[in-house]
Amino acid sequence: MTSKPLPLAGTVYGVVMNDRVSVARLGAAAAEAPYKGAPRAPVLYIKPANTLAAEGAAVRLPQGEARVEVAATVGIVFGAPAARRTPADALETVAGYLLVADLSLPHASYYRPAIREKCFDGACPVAARVVPVAEAGTLAHLTLHTFFDGLPVAERTLADLLRDVPQLIADVSEFMTLHTGDVLLVGVEYQSPQAAPGTKVRIDGGALGALAFSIAEEAR
Amino acid sequence: MKRARIAWQGGIHEARPHGADQLRLADGRIVGQAEVTWLPPVQPRTVFALGLNYADHAKELAFKAPEAPLVFLKGPNAFTGHRSFSRRPADATYMHYECELAVVIGKAGYRISKADAYDHVAGYTVANDYAIRDYLENWYRPNLRVKNRDACTPLGPWLVDRADVPDPMALRLTTRVNGVTTQQGTTADMIFDVPTLIEYLSSFMTLSPGDLILTGTPEGLADVKAGDVVDTEIEGIGCLTNTIVDDAGWFGAAGQGAHAQ
Repeated sequence: MTSKPLPLAGTVYGVVMNDRVSVARLGAAAAEAPYKGAPRAPVLYIKPANTLAAEGAAVRLPQGEARVEVAATVGIVFGAPAARRTPADALETVAGYLLVADLSLPHASYYRPAIREKCFDGACPVAARVVPVAEAGTLAHLTLHTFFDGLPVAERTLADLLRDVPQLIADVSEFMTLHTGDVLLVGVEYQSPQAAPGTKVRIDGGALGALAFSIAEEAR
Repeated sequence: MKRARIAWQGGIHEARPHGADQLRLADGRIVGQAEVTWLPPVQPRTVFALGLNYADHAKELAFKAPEAPLVFLKGPNAFTGHRSFSRRPADATYMHYECELAVVIGKAGYRISKADAYDHVAGYTVANDYAIRDYLENWYRPNLRVKNRDACTPLGPWLVDRADVPDPMALRLTTRVNGVTTQQGTTADMIFDVPTLIEYLSSFMTLSPGDLILTGTPEGLADVKAGDVVDTEIEGIGCLTNTIVDDAGWFGAAGQGAHAQ
């Protein structure tokens, strides 16, 4: 599946419920069972090594699956270990940013870890290059545009993060070390657009470049 | 055959047991088991852990047994070796051990059938999957703040070859806190056994050498405090020892506040 070299070697962590759109979409359900209240700590998940796919990959869905959510996001790439950081010194550990498409089989609930849904082979296509911090500009000014077969399907800004990059690093590194080479995704939108097999996906990330891949016709 | 990974005299070595208290390195050096630094016996790649995979434990936590395996993942930060420390933070009120059979994958595969599952196993080790329940939230539960804390998943001491474990589904598990037995069970009581877990996970993702499956824990959880010595033992696999320390014991002169430069 991996046709080109990957620009990372560490572990990829992600977070949900870190933007105002997701919180609004989930709405009053967050207060009810099974959640019984909005999350206190960052809601994290892991995209393991088998999910990484290079620019240009044709991602094959697991048997029996005909739809996949495509969530454009940005990965914080660590250039030094981040452990017990404060927001004031968190950015010292960041080497750069990476445009990422977090793929999920559609799942409405965030109650249980979504392993089958988020960890199938190829479920994390990443752009070809980590963009150094100095070149990336201000993340809050970025807008990510997602296209299916050339047509725009989603647009998201990074200005509405509940925890911005320094705060997210501080709150995650309070209990777990993010090592050099690890990647922390800044968040995916709840219920991102769904693609069918055969779809060509392109994400335009402004200063972070672009990422193109496809969803293969054939299941794996 | 069983082997350990240790640090000794500035190097990382594979070591074999030599008598009851010593290790033999590849070049023949003999060292005491208490003198070396024990590392996890494998460098974990993708690590799966099972929740509620013993019927009695599910009942203990007031859950009905799951219909599909309840799986969560761990990052490499979580692991530490035999005879190491794990930290109980000052604000924790309930931190418990979990003695688990850890399956080490030795051969890659996708869509592996139950019948072929053991062909993909390199061997077994012991995991102690500590949880701090104060941090439990109903979002991707069990959440990483409970289950993926630095050095809160001791692993070891040995990687025991699959060939030396004729029936991994009939092994006694025992946890002792300061020498007193607090948890007892048998792998025979797993809801989803090892072949079923390998078939399930490989139905949507490729398993690779170095991947680990921590297969869950039976009933008998108890709070552990700083200073407690916790032995998690699985018959024929090994006895993994860990000591709980508080913030002062963990950070020492670095202090207990936020990261100090």
